[in-house]
Amino acid sequence: MYDKLWLIPLFPFLGFLINGLLGRKIKNEKVIGAIGTLAIFASFLLSCRYFLQLLADEVKVHEVVVASWMSVGSLQVDWGFLFDPLSALMMLNVTGLATLIHLYSIGYMHGEDGYPRYFSYLNLFTFAMLMLVMGNNALVLFVGWEGVGLCSYLLIGYYYEKKSASDAGKKAFVVNRIGDFGFLLGLFLLFWSLGSKGVWTIRFTEIAANAHLLEQGGLVVTLVTLCFFLGATGKSAQIPLYTWLPDAMEGPTPVSALIHAATMVTAGVYMIGRMNGLYALAPETMLVVAIVGGATALFAATIGLAQNDIKRVLAYSTVSQLGYMFLAMGVGAFTAGIFHLLTHAFFKACLFLGSGSVIHAMHHAYHHAHLHDDPQDMRNMGGLRKKMPITFVTFLLSTLAIAGIPFFSGFFSKDEILWWAFASTRGHWGLWLMGAIAAGLTAFYMFRLVFMTFFGEQKTDVRAKDHIPESPLVITLPLMILALLATFGGLIGIPHVLGNLLGHLPNKIEAFLSPVFGHTQHLHHLHAHGSASAEFGLMGLSVGIALCGILLAWFLYCRRPELPGRIAGAFAGLHRAIYNKWYVDELYDLLFVNPTKNLGTRLWTFFDVRIVDGLVNGVAWLVRGAGRVLRHTQTGYTHSYAMAMVMGLVAIIAVCVFH
Amino acid sequence: MISVYHYLVLSAILFSLGVIGVLTRRNAIVLFMCVELMLNAVNLSFIALSSHLGNMDGQVFVFFIMTVAAAEAAVGLALMIAFYRNRESIDVEDFSLLKW
Repeated sequence: MYDKLWLIPLFPFLGFLINGLLGRKIKNEKVIGAIGTLAIFASFLLSCRYFLQLLADEVKVHEVVVASWMSVGSLQVDWGFLFDPLSALMMLNVTGLATLIHLYSIGYMHGEDGYPRYFSYLNLFTFAMLMLVMGNNALVLFVGWEGVGLCSYLLIGYYYEKKSASDAGKKAFVVNRIGDFGFLLGLFLLFWSLGSKGVWTIRFTEIAANAHLLEQGGLVVTLVTLCFFLGATGKSAQIPLYTWLPDAMEGPTPVSALIHAATMVTAGVYMIGRMNGLYALAPETMLVVAIVGGATALFAATIGLAQNDIKRVLAYSTVSQLGYMFLAMGVGAFTAGIFHLLTHAFFKACLFLGSGSVIHAMHHAYHHAHLHDDPQDMRNMGGLRKKMPITFVTFLLSTLAIAGIPFFSGFFSKDEILWWAFASTRGHWGLWLMGAIAAGLTAFYMFRLVFMTFFGEQKTDVRAKDHIPESPLVITLPLMILALLATFGGLIGIPHVLGNLLGHLPNKIEAFLSPVFGHTQHLHHLHAHGSASAEFGLMGLSVGIALCGILLAWFLYCRRPELPGRIAGAFAGLHRAIYNKWYVDELYDLLFVNPTKNLGTRLWTFFDVRIVDGLVNGVAWLVRGAGRVLRHTQTGYTHSYAMAMVMGLVAIIAVCVFH
Repeated sequence: MISVYHYLVLSAILFSLGVIGVLTRRNAIVLFMCVELMLNAVNLSFIALSSHLGNMDGQVFVFFIMTVAAAEAAVGLALMIAFYRNRESIDVEDFSLLKW
């Protein structure tokens, strides 16, 4: 039935091998792009086929073991796939978006050096991401987890001749290692603590079935889940390990869309969803997850307010939206978290690709006019809606979705999360407040971006302003498809109150995911309870906040464009702090990076040079000194040798006689 | 009556003379002669003990030693001629190159 699942990750891997090994020989960009894109498209078609099969199937959870990996003592690890509603959704999400973004890359990366390298890395990434979401045990997931981290590093540093790009790649890798360390510790602890109860396993289904062996709210399960969450904060850019993601914007824009918005950074959310049974056992951890998520959503949104680089605004927006997903996971709204993961993938991928289209056009115009202005700085844009109508419309639709305007996809998922944050058995009004303020800030900075880029007078240099083209179809087609998804994608998860009002529309995603989350939510009483009027009231309130944010952005950046500068001048200190990202990078440098560097320098100049080298040199010095003294016995005179022989003989005889 | 002890004492005296000669003289030929003296001191003790113990093995040994000594004398003298051709001297003090 599902025994050909392994073909789905195989296609991207073959694409990686072909483009990676033969790409430089092929040379033809069209062929390389087609191989990369078709490999992913084949996986997408297969994922669709299996998804439809799962929809029709009575049994919703399937495990397919392809081969045994290792068998050590009581540890049995297989190359196996778990196919259930959660992984099916993730596979559709990954392969579908990857197909569109590969298609877009054909146009966007046209004429770049290392074109085959780009496509082979992107295919390898898709392979690793599929292993991550399809693995039936924690080790296969970890292979994918490390694989996507590697590809992220390689693609952030794609323009490796640029110092800032290779630094950003290194930063992403090192920061992620901290998280991976937590993940591994959590895995070891889980393996041993379940093993001490007689169940030696790392398979997700067995972990879920035996989670009750661990004490509810006990130290062990809290530690295990916290360690896993540390891994998630690294991979999914949450406080305190979020600093790598904004720097990751040094990579090509399609990479930011695929890896740093839609798929890889959601791996932490997926992982918590996959281990929902464990997390439900640890209320303290869930509270930590919710608070970290809410705080990240709010904190990153404030930084987004004052950035001028179009991709950096989107990067902080991504951090903020990921915070929403963790907020959802923390209050037990697993379905809402995964739902927001999906809708966010649609609208944020569209926003990133749209910004890529704008950057591409600006770059083209500046190149044409032989200027070296920054094509990513929004202060150089303005009025682009007439030059790039398709990019503008798709961008606007996605912005409406992220702002949470009713009936766009982001509205359904965000309000579901906010409602759970308020009314869940593990929710709190404080969590709701953080989310609601972040929603207002999101609406403000996203419309600030739209108004600065597409509205107002054109601020581009006069020599370049007439050479801004609309992007070709290979770029706009993915934009249009994603904008459609961003607009209507939310209809798979209409909340019950709205569904009842509009005539019994079902919440399809909740029903679909219930085989994964339903049992846990039932067992641990994770429900959002409250009256319909309260839910409507909160919904109206958050929409109102979002509208206020939009109006304020319109007033400041369209109606009175001189005001923002004056406000920034009036609150110069605050503005500088926000513009400089609250100096968190500087703080980390001060607290961790520089002390580590200093320690390294000390160990090098003291321990390595003095002690290790000193030991080696000391031995040589000792031998040389001894030689210098003893070589004088070698006189070269026959007499002294003969004397030595006689003395030795006398000594031997003396010993023999007197002993 | 001359006993075996007298022979052994004579042998020891001759051996010691040879040793002292080797240690103190510088002429290579004299050195060589001193070495021969030591060999013959040993031969003397072999023969004395052989006759004392009524065992012929010691005397057979002496024949061997005399044969080897003859060969050695030939090789040694050849070496000395080679030395002299190199250095115009057979003083062992002049052959001190193999050192630090």
